[in-house]
Amino acid sequence: MDKEPLFSSKNLELITAPLGKKNPITIQVLGICSALAVTVKMKPALVMAISVTIVVAVSNLVIAAMRKYIPERIRIIVQLVVIATLVILVDQFLKAFAFDVSKQLSVFVGLIITNCIIMGRLEAFAMANKPWPSFLDGIGNGAGYGLILVVVSFFRELLGSGSILDYPVLEKLGIYSAGYENNGMMILPPMALIVVGLIIWFQRSRDKSLIEHK
Amino acid sequence: MKDFSNRYIFIFSAVLVIIVATLLSLAATLLQPIQEKNLEIEKKRSMLESIHIAADKKNAETLYDKYIKESFVLNSRGEVVSGVDAFGVVLKNEQKKPVEKQNLPVFTAELDNGQKVFIIPVEGKGLWGPIYGYVSLESDFNTIYGVNFDHKGETPGLGAEINKSFFEGMFPGKKLYEGEKFVSVAVLKGGTDPDNPHGVDAISGGTITSKGLEKMLYDCLSKYDVYFVKSKQP
Repeated sequence: MDKEPLFSSKNLELITAPLGKKNPITIQVLGICSALAVTVKMKPALVMAISVTIVVAVSNLVIAAMRKYIPERIRIIVQLVVIATLVILVDQFLKAFAFDVSKQLSVFVGLIITNCIIMGRLEAFAMANKPWPSFLDGIGNGAGYGLILVVVSFFRELLGSGSILDYPVLEKLGIYSAGYENNGMMILPPMALIVVGLIIWFQRSRDKSLIEHK
Repeated sequence: MKDFSNRYIFIFSAVLVIIVATLLSLAATLLQPIQEKNLEIEKKRSMLESIHIAADKKNAETLYDKYIKESFVLNSRGEVVSGVDAFGVVLKNEQKKPVEKQNLPVFTAELDNGQKVFIIPVEGKGLWGPIYGYVSLESDFNTIYGVNFDHKGETPGLGAEINKSFFEGMFPGKKLYEGEKFVSVAVLKGGTDPDNPHGVDAISGGTITSKGLEKMLYDCLSKYDVYFVKSKQP
């Protein structure tokens, strides 16, 4: 059997597809809960995106490596054990080596365990594929999730708090003196849902193949 | 997919759990000293911030040793309890005991200009979890010299703003007593006159955190009432 190159076009597709056509948030509509919670400011959103990417990639790798030995009847429990272990490890390491970041994320790190994207990818991909493609699939889906998080938090922070990555852009531009005020609505969770909705609308209007036909 | 026997499933799960447990306990034990050190530095940094001394991870310990001169523990009757290390007191555990049995820590700091200030730790509940901090008082035990608040997981952009300087900056100069009566500082919705000695502006959208903070200040500081009145210097 010919050995497939590590970054064959099929494998690269695993990374790029979740950024657009197979995006976990806007197309698969997974992981919405945390997308609402951590997108008020860009910094927690970025760290969350990185943490989720690490966890989904490594758990995909682990599950794919032992997929032939996992009894089907207890596979969900096995997946959960792997995810939970990884999340706790990430949390412990953050607490020891990146204390400030771990303080910022606090409970959200623990909540990665319940992120539907991770279990979704394990069930849908890692259980049936080899470790390397599974790892790439994890990176891709983590990045696709992170992309939406960053876009949503960019708009919410800019319009809600007038800053980008805690840098007060609007104040520096002198927009407040012209009578502009921050939109308090943007800080509240419902606006995250509306922004995600707008992104879905935009994406579907650009790519007609995403629209379902009756 | 292969059909696995019950025996295989039991052995598989047992092995998996043992591996995972070993891994986690190893990580927890090995990283614990570093994590505890981080917490200790964080605590010292917060205390220093409540007396307006900016410290970072590296110099927190030296600055702490330089400014914090002594620490002691009081009971609710205002008497010094001997044999308890004030730095090691965990407020959360103390608050579970009846008031008469609680240990109330006080840290004394001496500023560069020779002024003495007293740092009191406070802890309470916000919307999602604990909120905590340090309040430093001038030696009249009435005027707030500075505060430092933090939280475990309040809503970013809303309740989480209690640890920002714009909020903490409203506290210095506020008074705890009105005449002889302990009234603490209220967090008021809809804004307040900056001259109001007992009130600061609440954070819009962070009502429950603001109210929790107000309750935390009242509950924690009122326990020191006897001591404050006794040791007040004009």
